[in-house]
Amino acid sequence: MEENNCRCEAPILSLDHVSVRYMTGDFKEIGIKEFLLRKLTRNYHVNEFWADRDVHFSIYRGDMLGIIGTNGAGKSTLLKAISGIMVPTTGKVTCNGKIAALLELGSGFDGEMTVRENTYLRGAMLGYTKKFMDDTYEDIIRFAELEDFQDRPFKHLSSGMKSRLAFSIASLVNPDILILDEVLSVGDGAFRKKSEAKMKSIIGGGATTILVSHSIAQVRSMCNKILWLDHGKQVVFGDNVKKICDVYEKFLADKVLPTDL
Amino acid sequence: MKGIAQTFRQHRFLFTELVKRDFKKKYKRTYLGMLWSLLSPLMTLFVMRVVFTQFFGRSMEHYTIYLFCGNIVWAYFSDATNGGMSSLMDNAGIFSKINVPKYLFLFSRNVSSLINFALTFAVFLIFCVIDGVAITPLFFALIIPILCLMIFNIGMGLILSAMFIFFRDVQYLWGVFLTLLMYLSAIFYDPAQFGGMEKLFLLNPVYVYIKYFRSVVIGVGGNIPMLPSIQYHLLAVGYAVAAFLIGFLIYRKMNHKFLYYV
Repeated sequence: MEENNCRCEAPILSLDHVSVRYMTGDFKEIGIKEFLLRKLTRNYHVNEFWADRDVHFSIYRGDMLGIIGTNGAGKSTLLKAISGIMVPTTGKVTCNGKIAALLELGSGFDGEMTVRENTYLRGAMLGYTKKFMDDTYEDIIRFAELEDFQDRPFKHLSSGMKSRLAFSIASLVNPDILILDEVLSVGDGAFRKKSEAKMKSIIGGGATTILVSHSIAQVRSMCNKILWLDHGKQVVFGDNVKKICDVYEKFLADKVLPTDL
Repeated sequence: MKGIAQTFRQHRFLFTELVKRDFKKKYKRTYLGMLWSLLSPLMTLFVMRVVFTQFFGRSMEHYTIYLFCGNIVWAYFSDATNGGMSSLMDNAGIFSKINVPKYLFLFSRNVSSLINFALTFAVFLIFCVIDGVAITPLFFALIIPILCLMIFNIGMGLILSAMFIFFRDVQYLWGVFLTLLMYLSAIFYDPAQFGGMEKLFLLNPVYVYIKYFRSVVIGVGGNIPMLPSIQYHLLAVGYAVAAFLIGFLIYRKMNHKFLYYV
């Protein structure tokens, strides 16, 4: 569409020196008594821990951004900041579109409730309307291959089934920005093929996608931009996917951060 | 406030689903299910009736209704605040993964408590008829204390749920406090017997709402059933608004910090 072309010039998502700080130390495990005691004796210590420090980049419509980094690099925290679950300690996230974040799919369901109830509840959380859920409920169940389990308690499902259901509900979204945190690896082989095809069709539909993956091959084959985080710091952001992936693989082998990127 | 109304409209489906869930979960795995909403206050009423009639009920007309007024208001208050307190914590797994307004979880608990209250209120009306209390148009005034109590409960829920996230001790402290407050709410005795001390009872918001009920339904202090004074209304509304404002401010300030504590 013509009108959209001009909007393409502005980034659909931009992070302006975003930092997220976690507080750790005394405050979490102690109760009121300890808290007051330590406050009084000036023995109350809080440590800060920067999960993300000064992350700065922009992506445009149609981009497919891969975020790489070792465990604890701050990838998931960054996604939480982008999706609005967390508010960055400093910096700003500007987003010009509807975000759908598929984070840790299997969690947040209610084990006591039936599959049907959970499906509706999850759909509501993702911002679907009642009518939309009524119309697509059958499709969701069919896609997840859970026709025989609709009225069983959610806790009776196997973990593979749980993530299949979660994926099926979440993949109905028609977002401007799609955030995928390790979701391309749910289910067994057959379902994985199906889910990858589904993802590809969403991405092909023009959505901007952010993909967190430990599979470098996946990032190489799918992404056109790449962000590398290490201990919360932005090592590099760029569109030179092949080169960055090469350097990253080298880093994984010898654990030495490159200086010349 | 306009923003809140808009988010609310946007999340209406989520809200109804949450209410449904909270209500269903309450009676999951019980044989009698929703009937318990009616049975448990009736059983409390019955026990109180048996125990206390000897001590307090002889000199009072409509003692059963007097008890019942105290009981339903109290049950609503304690149910809503207890549920509200844990509402954020119980749903931490959801709001740490999906971007939804957290107060929806509290509101949905409050609504399911309100539905519960509505059920007992219906039984209350039946008891009024049985006990020979005239049901007059004046009863419509009960909407005022109910509305106040609803807002008061939401305010308390906002305060408690935030505190509960930071200090799990709150759960036990609140339990103890509730017991204390219950005895101070004059559910089964008449505070008029303390003479001038009765004024002190008005420091307790729950008592204020209970007394409003009694005033309209059976009349207090030997009077016929009637509306309380303007000042009394101000007090009732004041408590509700104060609790809500404090809760709102705490929630707004802490909203983004919850995530770090769950």
